[in-house]
Amino acid sequence: MTLLKSLARSPSAIIGAVLLLIVLVMAASAGWLFPNDPLSLAGRPLQAPFANPRFPLGTDSVGRNVAAQLFYGARTSLLIGLISTVVAIVIGIVVGALAGFYGRWIDTALMRVTEAFQTVPSFILLLLLVVIFGSHIETLALTIGIVSWTAPARLTRAEFLTLRNREFVQACRGLGMPNWRIIFLEILPNALPPVIVYASVVMAFSILLESALAFLGLSDPNVASWGNLIADGRRVLRTAAYVATLPGLVILITVLSISLIGQGLNDAMNPRLRRKG
Amino acid sequence: MRILRLALRRLAVSLPCMLIILLGLFLLLQLAPGDAIDALMGQMGSSDTALAETLRQQYGLGGGVATRLAVYLFNLLRLDLGFSVAYNQPVLTVILQRLPVTLLLMVSALSFAFAAGMVVGVLAARRVNRWPDTLISMLVLIFYATPSFWIGLMGILIFAVKLNWLPSGGISDLSAGFTGLRLVLDTAVHLILPTMTLALIYFAIYVRITRASMLEVMTLDFIRTARAKGLKEGAVLVRHALRNALLPMVTILGLQAGAMLGGAVVVESVFTLPGLGRLAHEAVIQRDLNMLLGIVFMSSLLVIAINFIVDLVYARIDPRIEANG
Amino acid sequence: MALSIENLSVRLPRHADRDYAVRDLSLNVGDNEIVCVVGESGSGKSIMASSILRLLPEGVTPEAGRILFEGEDLLRFPPHAMRSIRGARIGMIFQDPMTALNPLHRVGDQIAETFRIHTTLPQADIRARVLDLLGQMHLPDPARAARAYPHELSGGQRQRAMIAMALALEPKLLIADEPTTALDVTTQAQILSLIRELQQRNRMGVLFITHDFGVVAEIATRIAVMRHGVLVEEGSAAKVLEAPEHPYTRELIAAVPSLKPPSKEPLQPLGQAVLSIVDVSKTYRQKGRDVAALKNVTLALRRGSTLGIVGESGSGKSTLARCIVRLLTTDSGAIEVDGANITTMTTVEWRKNVRRVQMVFQDPYASLNPRRKVGDLVAQGPLIHGAKAADVYPRVRDLFALVGLDPAAVDRYPHEFSGGQRQRIGLARALAMDPDILVADEPVSALDVSVQAQVLTLIADIQRKLGLSVVFITHDLRVAAQICDRVAIMQGGRVVEEGMAADVLVAPQHPYSQALVAAVPGRRWHAETDV
Repeated sequence: MTLLKSLARSPSAIIGAVLLLIVLVMAASAGWLFPNDPLSLAGRPLQAPFANPRFPLGTDSVGRNVAAQLFYGARTSLLIGLISTVVAIVIGIVVGALAGFYGRWIDTALMRVTEAFQTVPSFILLLLLVVIFGSHIETLALTIGIVSWTAPARLTRAEFLTLRNREFVQACRGLGMPNWRIIFLEILPNALPPVIVYASVVMAFSILLESALAFLGLSDPNVASWGNLIADGRRVLRTAAYVATLPGLVILITVLSISLIGQGLNDAMNPRLRRKG
Repeated sequence: MRILRLALRRLAVSLPCMLIILLGLFLLLQLAPGDAIDALMGQMGSSDTALAETLRQQYGLGGGVATRLAVYLFNLLRLDLGFSVAYNQPVLTVILQRLPVTLLLMVSALSFAFAAGMVVGVLAARRVNRWPDTLISMLVLIFYATPSFWIGLMGILIFAVKLNWLPSGGISDLSAGFTGLRLVLDTAVHLILPTMTLALIYFAIYVRITRASMLEVMTLDFIRTARAKGLKEGAVLVRHALRNALLPMVTILGLQAGAMLGGAVVVESVFTLPGLGRLAHEAVIQRDLNMLLGIVFMSSLLVIAINFIVDLVYARIDPRIEANG
Repeated sequence: MALSIENLSVRLPRHADRDYAVRDLSLNVGDNEIVCVVGESGSGKSIMASSILRLLPEGVTPEAGRILFEGEDLLRFPPHAMRSIRGARIGMIFQDPMTALNPLHRVGDQIAETFRIHTTLPQADIRARVLDLLGQMHLPDPARAARAYPHELSGGQRQRAMIAMALALEPKLLIADEPTTALDVTTQAQILSLIRELQQRNRMGVLFITHDFGVVAEIATRIAVMRHGVLVEEGSAAKVLEAPEHPYTRELIAAVPSLKPPSKEPLQPLGQAVLSIVDVSKTYRQKGRDVAALKNVTLALRRGSTLGIVGESGSGKSTLARCIVRLLTTDSGAIEVDGANITTMTTVEWRKNVRRVQMVFQDPYASLNPRRKVGDLVAQGPLIHGAKAADVYPRVRDLFALVGLDPAAVDRYPHEFSGGQRQRIGLARALAMDPDILVADEPVSALDVSVQAQVLTLIADIQRKLGLSVVFITHDLRVAAQICDRVAIMQGGRVVEEGMAADVLVAPQHPYSQALVAAVPGRRWHAETDV
């Protein structure tokens, strides 16, 4: 409750929430406003925005409705962002918690794997995974999660490393508490706030990763995606700049809204303020 | 001496890391539909099964998993990354041809992001919670949220198409046939937009890190000691605060090396630069798995090398790092 | 007069728990004297000290009054004039020499910086002066100390380097803000005598901030007592120490435990050993080297008695405590609770016996999970071991009453309690398990002296009521004297001396114990008042 209250006082959280709400409304209303397939050919190519009331934001180089693609693209981006963030955070927390709590060889082994994942450039690894597993939208969400878990894992591990030697954890051991209870019920709730804040970074990054893949023509070709639209706009950049400009702005707003909420969360859970309490 | 020992130790630590990467790649290869030979045959447009079988024997792909793994590791150990049919050249040759452009792009983007990020970050920290800080923080958030390929396109649209100040792509003007200093200058001009595009998000990251760690360091006791000595505020900032604040920035430098290589894929594609990243993109489109694996391998080596240098720099700044600690 | 503070008021930022850190305070420091400012946490003594050099945290501002240094008001100095005073005419040293030195610069360079700021001496002269200064601080190898980075020196050496830095230009006034609080007792004694020696030689004024009346008795010419930002009493050392006027001063002095164990009525013959530590050793691997934490430790705790384990940092006393409750494993030897060796038990066997040995921790802030209600924290132990909630919670309320807390407070969170109250909660948590043996690891060292006395009394009461056997870990010989029946002195992982508290603390035999007892600050003072 107090968290929500301090969130409501944070200007960045409010601006972020409003922006994200806009994107959510776009995603929710896409099917209702644009009942036709957003990737179907709807009219004459390259109609400028506001010229034809049927296409308020114009058409792209092959005559698809830009507005419809933007609205359906919100669905794609949010879906990707949500699934891959959950995947990355869950893997990250489990790996980080085990490594940080048990230390010794478990830590060494898990950290070597983490380092290996960090050594391979994640975008290039993503390309490799796309080649091998294909670019179906759900697969893509999963693979983006798989290349993004290392930072949450390191963060969780660092928190566990400091918390596991805190006296309240030793007190729990002294009471004879089993390890799983100590890890998940005692340490994890204290370790979670920075990881939750970081989840916003993962989510923002996943959306950017998918749009970059789509821009390179490697995302799911069967769903509307902002990156795809920008790739299309690139071909007509000199004559119809709006095709590339508009989806870029929408990506910017979406990612910005998530970052702002993350920043608001961070302010609300500011450790310096917490320590005073 | 201390730093050299540390260097060797760090290198030893990256060996198991590399081994895990290789095992992971091998595993992925086993999961891939068809094997390298199928891909090869596909690229050659041939369906001669006898030829495929011969090639399998030749590449050590015929035996059991253990044999295949051994052959695979042995080949990599000799830096034999296989042959690319698409380029009709050994994979390693193609990669080495493309590497310099990517390195140039990375080094220039990283230097810019680090230097500018540091300056702006210190500025924000000194004016914390006042309007310059708020403005900088806002810009940082926006830069952070901007897709690099899009900002690249916007750069082309403004500076190349509308204003005609900068070239829209390529590494140099091939038709002009420049040499010597003119070539260097021409390349630099070609690199301005790609560098800015790639650097943008890292600039934002460095502003953030610098600001946060400066604020953190400025609350520490030794800053008070420095002031109690009668040191001027500027000197306190540079001599005592900044050097300590550099440590987390240097750490991030190493952690971001891989991400930056990934960013190069997109930026090189936008600006049609003949680098490693663009090669990766082409490899995906041509389903050239051999080439892609080679790129993963080489870029991992590159990241390890960068981290090695970063570790040395860190140890140089921080005397507390022990060679055996 | 070196320094004269007149009617100083220092305002705190708006959201602080009170408006003023210092209120209408006047204090003088003469040219050749040590003025000790004593107070508990929150008394405003450190803020007062920082306001002299205007090194206050952001948002904390002097609002009224004057700080006259050689006749001029420092509060009115422009920044550049203030800088010419800092480090040159007034030196300052701080509590923790580890964090007060920049970790990335060599110690010699940090001292040299003072010369570079205020003088135009050539590089070579500065070098010579730095080495000379470090020599005056009685550092064994000044050249090595100058070359070293702070982390390569010990705590005492670092504080000597800090003092060298503060005194480099022979200031008229030295402000010392709790300069020995972070140090071991023997190191503290050395630093105190160094400060006294330098003060007499340089004939400077010293403003010495501390919370420890023992230290005050050791070093003060004059004493000022602060409470809630207000000066409550000021006078010569002899007067304040021997005939304090203000009730608060009397309370503070009364709370300082005596080094002489109280003459208890002869106890019934002590019972059987409930805990036997037999030849226990433990080695850590640290940075590739083996560090012996415990070397062949043999001790026994008799039923119903208190065994004090006393030592400085690194003596192995905390390691031993953690071995007794099996938070750490031993390398060899046996730890027997009622004859059962706990070091060889399986985890399942240990869980059945875990009730018998319970621990109270040092840090009242870190030892309670901030996300659980304090009642749940106390109930946790019995619940894990299968007790029913309906049985446990009434008992939790009883325990709260037993440790002197309001039973209605069980629904609150740890941050709503003060340090002393939190230690009571920690004690209740241990008692909820109905233990035979209580291991208390420095349970009062993080508390103010008045709260410390209350918690010590509480532990002693509960021990008597419940017939507990207590292992009491402490670095403070005064505390040990008050609460322990027997005392073991540890050094470098070994027990160097063990015996009745009245013998070991009054007439120690081993040279190290003798040094330890001799280093207790204010030893002579309190011995007199106590008899």
